[in-house]
Amino acid sequence: MSENKKLYSNALIFSLAAAITVLIGTIATVFIPMFTKGMHPKLENLKPYTAIQLAGRDIYQREGCVNCHTQTVRPLKSDVLMYGDYSKAGEFAYDHPFLWGSKRTGPDLARIGGKYPDDWHYQHMTNPQAFYEKSNMPKYAFLNDRKVAVEKTIAHMKALGFPYTEDDINTLKNSTEMDAMVAYLQVLGTAVERKSVITVDESMIEEVSPLSGNKEAVLKGQRLYKAECAGCHGQNAQGNIGGSLVDYASAESPDRDTYLTIANGFEGAMPGFAAKYDKEEIWSLVEYIKSLKK
Amino acid sequence: MNDYRYDYETVKGFILSAIFWGVIGLVAGLWISAQMWDASLNIPPYFNFGRLRTFHTNVLAYGLGIGAEFGVFYYLVIRLTKRPLLFPKLARFHLWLFNVGIAIAGVTLLLGWNQSLEYAEFEWPIDIAIVILWVIFAINILGTIIKRKEEQMYISLWYIIATIITVAILYIVNNLSIPAGLDKSYHLYAGVNSANVEWWYGHNAVGFLFTTPILAMFYYFLPKSTGLPIYSHRLSIISFWSLIFAYLWTGAHHLVYTPLPDWIQTLGIAFTLFLIAPSWGSVVNGYFTVESDWSVMKNNYLTKFFIAGITFYGLQTIQGPSQGIRVISSLIHYTDWVPGHVHMGTMGWVTMTICASVYYIIPHIYKTEIYSIKLANAHFWLVLIGQLAFSITMWITGVQQGAMWKMTNPDGTLKYTFMEGLLRNYPYWELRTLAGIVFVIGMLLFIYNVMMTIKKGKAELETKLQAASATA
Repeated sequence: MSENKKLYSNALIFSLAAAITVLIGTIATVFIPMFTKGMHPKLENLKPYTAIQLAGRDIYQREGCVNCHTQTVRPLKSDVLMYGDYSKAGEFAYDHPFLWGSKRTGPDLARIGGKYPDDWHYQHMTNPQAFYEKSNMPKYAFLNDRKVAVEKTIAHMKALGFPYTEDDINTLKNSTEMDAMVAYLQVLGTAVERKSVITVDESMIEEVSPLSGNKEAVLKGQRLYKAECAGCHGQNAQGNIGGSLVDYASAESPDRDTYLTIANGFEGAMPGFAAKYDKEEIWSLVEYIKSLKK
Repeated sequence: MNDYRYDYETVKGFILSAIFWGVIGLVAGLWISAQMWDASLNIPPYFNFGRLRTFHTNVLAYGLGIGAEFGVFYYLVIRLTKRPLLFPKLARFHLWLFNVGIAIAGVTLLLGWNQSLEYAEFEWPIDIAIVILWVIFAINILGTIIKRKEEQMYISLWYIIATIITVAILYIVNNLSIPAGLDKSYHLYAGVNSANVEWWYGHNAVGFLFTTPILAMFYYFLPKSTGLPIYSHRLSIISFWSLIFAYLWTGAHHLVYTPLPDWIQTLGIAFTLFLIAPSWGSVVNGYFTVESDWSVMKNNYLTKFFIAGITFYGLQTIQGPSQGIRVISSLIHYTDWVPGHVHMGTMGWVTMTICASVYYIIPHIYKTEIYSIKLANAHFWLVLIGQLAFSITMWITGVQQGAMWKMTNPDGTLKYTFMEGLLRNYPYWELRTLAGIVFVIGMLLFIYNVMMTIKKGKAELETKLQAASATA
């Protein structure tokens, strides 16, 4: 009992006891792992950020993007369907700090690299509402008007020990902050080979649209178009980043080809919609596109 | 009775500063809540959501929360040690540095100086200032405790000591970084290791900035304001040690389903579930203290705040561990459920306990009665309703988001696109802003009441002095 009394009456002994108590869990779950190899994995394909990519990452941090966007795809069916392959520990070896985030007000960005063409990012960052009318993402048009801070970026490369060349510096000098941001977004998640999450079994797709001549399907397709496609192909489908669908429709491609294009997309040019839309929805889009014929 | 004078100037200074930063942080909170449903309310670049949200959390956590804790602790410690502060001038300097620091910190966040480590966003020059600030505080408080006149250390002092020590460890380890310019540094740790350190810090910041300090207040002011002794000293001892022991193991529950090694995640989840016990130790202790005379709930407006506060703490400490469980995490992590949960802690437990402590302290310092108990009651009901409405709308939104992200069609494709899920949140986000307004009105009543109490106290002192000089 006297020992006890000492603990609760001697502030130094008490402080020491409290410090030891909080350090036990800290040592077990933070300090010991820190010095094990398992906490420092690195994928073979992973490269340090280039100067322009790091400049973009700095801007990403500056603007607090991590508040709304995560960068970890969980190994859950729905996450993988929505975003792509789940995140691997070895993808983040050059990330000081990690930017996994804890809230998805907007979609996860772990696999955004290469999903859309550069143009998509430029336009989307400048005015997100032009792509998704009801998007709540702020506009980042001001990034177009600012030059990348060259000297600062070099200092940052040095601090992190990342290699860079004269060419990299010259690229920086002619770049806007928007260029840097897009360069960063386009490298995210690319250390892992992209696999299409759903591969459409081509033999299962009809030659001719089963919804041919269905007026409701055209309306439904139009609604889906406005929600997901108008940003790239234009509000009137006259083309923007993506080609004109009016012209496409006039060329009268086979229904099946249109279906497969929508379902699978093109690498780096157009995302596939097979994970987002079911068969009936994709056929509705095909019907809407056909209806655009001049 | 006392043969010395307590120095209350620093206490007052911190409490009024905390209130000031509180108003700024709450306005920022309302603003970002509206930005969630109307993107045109963003003003790039300084007042875009990404910057303003960081500003909101930091100004409220550090300006209001920690500011109030400094003030209340300076009050508590001199009373519990029965002696004046060891270095009153240092405390005054602490107050000054705190206010300059929060102002600079807030401005740099709006300028985009941001480490992107949640709850540790400040860049290194500010981190260094914070460490200096903490050392000054530690020297004064620990020094005063060591040189105290009261032999035993009361429960509240245990919590204060644990807070000072643990926050120092957490803050220094997580903020080690590679400086790359005045406004920029890089976390010393990378990738999974960076994540592990950051959430060890992030979760324990909640533990040692918003749990232990608030419990220190609770254990002092509940018995003081009700006149009832704490139910069980033994329970206090058990819950204190097991709380501070278990907390430090739990950070990885923020990283469930991430690439962090699985054993750390599992250990985090296990200790998180264990944490319910020590947390409820204090909840039970609080309830049983009032159990001996529940009429204090009716007759003493402060008891309402403390008991509602500890009830929210109890709910939080059931909800938090549940969220750590894998299956629940897979549904609600990354959704609005989480801000709903956090705000029940901050608006319910932390703010209610701090407000009640301030209601107790201010009349004591000014030797008067509170200006209006009616207003205090109105404040209580407004913050209670505001906070419940906030949390409930966010729980609904969170479950809806989580469910919509998961739903699949019979052919295995996703049923909803991300944007379809987002659109369904708007009505709830609008309701959340309304809930926030109700809460803020409650807080404005609190501020008015405190200010009027101070004014009343000063006027009464004036009259007394005049009466004294008239008779002289």
